[in-house]
Amino acid sequence: MTATTMAAPALPASKSSDAVSGHTRDRALWGAIMLAPYVLVFAVMVVYPVGYGLWLGLNWNSYRALFADPIFIRTVINTIVFLFVAVNLKFAIALVLSGFFVAQRAWVRFVLVLFILPWAVPSIPTILSFRVMLNPENGMINQQLFHWFGIVEGPGWLTDPTLAFCMSIMVHIWKSLPFWTLILVTGRLAIAQDLYEAASVDGASKWQQFKFITWPSLATLYVTSTMLSMIWTLGDFNSVYLLTGGGPGDLNHVLSTLGIRYMRNNNLDLGIASIIIAMPLILPMVYFMVKRLSKGAE
Amino acid sequence: MKKVLDEGKLILIAIPVLLWTLLPIYHLFVLSISNQESMLAGKLWPDAPTLQNFQIVFKQQHYYLTNFWLQMFNSFFIAIATGMITLLVATFAAFAISRLRVKGGRTIMNLALATYLIPAAFLAIPMYKAMGSYGLLNTQTALILAMVALASPYAIWVLKQASDKLPRELDEAAIMDGATSLQLFRLVYLPLMKPSMVVIGIYALLLAWNEYLYAFLLLSSERAVPLAVGLGLFLSADDAPWNLLMAAGLLYAIPPAVIYYGFRKNMVGGLTAGAVKS
Repeated sequence: MTATTMAAPALPASKSSDAVSGHTRDRALWGAIMLAPYVLVFAVMVVYPVGYGLWLGLNWNSYRALFADPIFIRTVINTIVFLFVAVNLKFAIALVLSGFFVAQRAWVRFVLVLFILPWAVPSIPTILSFRVMLNPENGMINQQLFHWFGIVEGPGWLTDPTLAFCMSIMVHIWKSLPFWTLILVTGRLAIAQDLYEAASVDGASKWQQFKFITWPSLATLYVTSTMLSMIWTLGDFNSVYLLTGGGPGDLNHVLSTLGIRYMRNNNLDLGIASIIIAMPLILPMVYFMVKRLSKGAE
Repeated sequence: MKKVLDEGKLILIAIPVLLWTLLPIYHLFVLSISNQESMLAGKLWPDAPTLQNFQIVFKQQHYYLTNFWLQMFNSFFIAIATGMITLLVATFAAFAISRLRVKGGRTIMNLALATYLIPAAFLAIPMYKAMGSYGLLNTQTALILAMVALASPYAIWVLKQASDKLPRELDEAAIMDGATSLQLFRLVYLPLMKPSMVVIGIYALLLAWNEYLYAFLLLSSERAVPLAVGLGLFLSADDAPWNLLMAAGLLYAIPPAVIYYGFRKNMVGGLTAGAVKS
């Protein structure tokens, strides 16, 4: 700031340099005051809890107990499958749908408005709606299968362990697909249209246009979004808990519902241990994302 | 001819997309206007559509719904408090980091982003423990603080991005005129930041309104919980009156949907702009 003043000799030197140096002190003071509320929230709500959690996580007995719990190994496998299938499927669909939603039509924009609904409304009524709808006995799906096709005993959507797990993934995708589709739509809209015009003049097919223009432009965004989505998917409690409660028979827990389950059973140490176990998975992603995001913020 | 084909292809995609998106919402609506028999028969459309469920909810005439209005009020209170506090905290922080360039500001922002990157269900467990040691368990303060902590990092980040776009010359001119930092904040920054602030306030408000897990963990008494938790209390009951709960659920889902649609242009622009830049 001082340099700017000296580079402007046209201004009355004494007055402006006073103003600027006074301002520098004022700025440091107010900067600290204005940052303080957030720093306080951060310290109290994030730093202390996380530090305390890590400290509690130093108890080796909890890990022994964790591995002794037969549900645990199953949960780890579930979590990995859930992450892999949910994230990749979600982004494959989002990539295709973003191609649909960039179409410049008034009615497509209207469809987009409706498509956002799952993201905008709370989980509780909608996931409970899924739960009732998929009820094997009197849910709408199986009742309609009976009505239209005479299938007396429809699939046990929520009673068959494998199907129930697939349904949790489906509900998770239903809820989070709109957000990511929207991100990819925004990414696609940022691509210069004349690239496509030039390509179609040169006779490039739709697939070639995607391969040589759309994908290279979207790739970075796609990778970053996938990473972020993995972290959020790992933290998704609602899709599993509200739909199946981790059942049937505790077979369908993921780490997030298992941790909370331990905690609700007054076994906080196991709860903490079960999330610390996931750290090797999370930390590299967090590091990568913070680097990416802070670069983007510059 | 090609135009017609293109349109046809688009419609072929639109139909399954809409079915997929709207089926559970339609089902929610159908249950909310079904009587017990139609509901148990899994009807596509109830035999005798009725508004009676809503009437029962309004009058709290079922033991599952004895605190409906109180819980609805709790939801409003928690969401609005979260929106306002987040806005205050984040606007100050973004101003300090972006315009005042306070020392260490950038580091704090990067650390803040890490919050955003801890899986929600994972952070909930140590936060619950910490709330216990603060003596705040089962208070709405605990939930509001948690929501502010969760909403702030993104709020600060979006506001900082917007703030960085304001020309530096504005500040320099104001400083030359002898403006203090506070005047700079009030007279230059706030008026220009209003659009982004609206987006962020609504973002935090919706986040808190739609939250289930933290409310479920941090609050336990039936009179303190927001409606989301109130409705979830009956998950273990197989014979819950789902039509009544869905009527209540529909009422609960309407405010965020309305707010979202009212502000959708700003929201979509404001929220995705930040994400796409990375």
